[in-house]
Amino acid sequence: MVTEPATEVQTAIALASAAETARITATLIRVTGDWSLAEDCVQDAFARALVDWPVRGIPKNSGAWLTTVAKNRAIDRMRSAASEKRAVRELATLTKLEGLPEGPGANPAVDDDRLRLIYTCCHPALPLEARVALTLRTVAGLTTGEIARAFLVSEATMSKRLVRARAKIRNAGIPYRVPPPELISERTAGILSVLYLMFNEGYSATGDSALIREPLVQEAMRLARLLIALLDDSPQQTEALGLLALMLFHHARRETRTDAAGDLVTLEEQDRGSWDEASIAEANALLAAAEQLGISRRSRPGSYCVQAAIAACHMVAPDAGSTDFAKVAALYELLGQIAPSPVIELNRAVAVAMSQGPEAGLALIDRLERERSLDGYYLLPAAKADLLRRLGRKTEAHRGYRRARELAPSEVERRYLSKRLAETAPASQTDQTTSPRTGAEEKK
Amino acid sequence: MEYMLFICTDPSAPKYVAAEDNIVEWGAEMDSRGVTRHGNRLRPVEDATTVTVREGEVVVSDGPFAETKEWIAGYDIIDCTDLDEAIEVASKHPMARFGKIEIRPVWPLGE
Repeated sequence: MVTEPATEVQTAIALASAAETARITATLIRVTGDWSLAEDCVQDAFARALVDWPVRGIPKNSGAWLTTVAKNRAIDRMRSAASEKRAVRELATLTKLEGLPEGPGANPAVDDDRLRLIYTCCHPALPLEARVALTLRTVAGLTTGEIARAFLVSEATMSKRLVRARAKIRNAGIPYRVPPPELISERTAGILSVLYLMFNEGYSATGDSALIREPLVQEAMRLARLLIALLDDSPQQTEALGLLALMLFHHARRETRTDAAGDLVTLEEQDRGSWDEASIAEANALLAAAEQLGISRRSRPGSYCVQAAIAACHMVAPDAGSTDFAKVAALYELLGQIAPSPVIELNRAVAVAMSQGPEAGLALIDRLERERSLDGYYLLPAAKADLLRRLGRKTEAHRGYRRARELAPSEVERRYLSKRLAETAPASQTDQTTSPRTGAEEKK
Repeated sequence: MEYMLFICTDPSAPKYVAAEDNIVEWGAEMDSRGVTRHGNRLRPVEDATTVTVREGEVVVSDGPFAETKEWIAGYDIIDCTDLDEAIEVASKHPMARFGKIEIRPVWPLGE
């Protein structure tokens, strides 16, 4: 009888969960066609490990151990559920289950299984939030409770969402497969947007919820790595590399986005010395690899690669002033051609202002205002006010910041804009605007 | 798997252009692929009749339940491998461009 220290067992189980969950679940789904059964059996296997490993020791090949336990559990469940009517079909499934290889490595079908799983979880016929939840549950192996906490909803709500998603896969006949060539490009783009949404849900959180939602950031990056490995040698890999590079660039400056008081710190004012150099270096390498692949395939760059290239311009500059804004503006123009959007045009206007002067940027912003497609978007008046302030047109800038503060979606942004308001306030108004949040004045 | 396609009108869709209506070609392709089971247009909602039985009494009334801007203009029952094929079949139907198509899996009794 061996007794393993509890922490070692926990670490081993966490590692095995990250490495093996998707593989075992994917294989069981392929053989049984039953998502709930597959997920339950994998979860049971980890529960068994939690009891078994501290007493009998951590198995040498934990993947094979878990596969065997999950497989036997599936066989037991299917045997006891077998009814007269379905006996023949279930018998065929049982035979396939019993013939499954035990461990990773020997089976080339394994990678296909995991890809199948990801494509199915991200099928466009499922609601977007269900795609994210199902991917976290089935591919990443998070528990329903963990996903519920990360999305700030109750476990019952999340459980219902997952049950519905699995039911739709079965009832609507969503295929369990890697899509055929005519669909692969669009469906892979769908997976990438699910991963980026997952990342942003976690990344955009500030304050207390940032810690709670951090698993979303970590899982999104881990899944992007898995996808890159699985898409090896396919044209779809380029954008996956771009997405991971983009995530790493964002993540590298995560700690510097807010100050000790929880207030927003803009990119120009962030402490670049505190950016995570290892992440930046990895992101640059990924981006270079993606560009190389794009060149060798003579394909046009995709939107994640371009967004990562924009982030790179900011991240490699030793200080905000030495950023290559002409390149940033050109990249935004390219991005606008791939996916036209007024928000991209606004970002281009800001980059143009930085490289050619505030007037040039202001002209582009005026055009956006006339088009009215960004009405109600607080960053439009905020960006305009920044340029007016730089031109010394304080009164107009002040008006713009006030408008932006009215439209700002969160308290963190309102506090930031209040500071700008105070800086541009005419002398007679200083009292009201330097002491924000004193009541009625603030609401005006 | 069997699916029913509800061919719906959509006021926000581009205007109908007769020259771009490929319904005949669509029908021919689906027939040759063995996809179509049955399908047709439906008369407008003005020709609809509603029947209810309450406490044993049959009540017949004129027209649809509610005034809506979107209504079902036709239907097709198709037999496909999976949802992806049903999506492909629906996307080739002219009303996917001039209206919209809802795909509903058939739910056989006893399942």
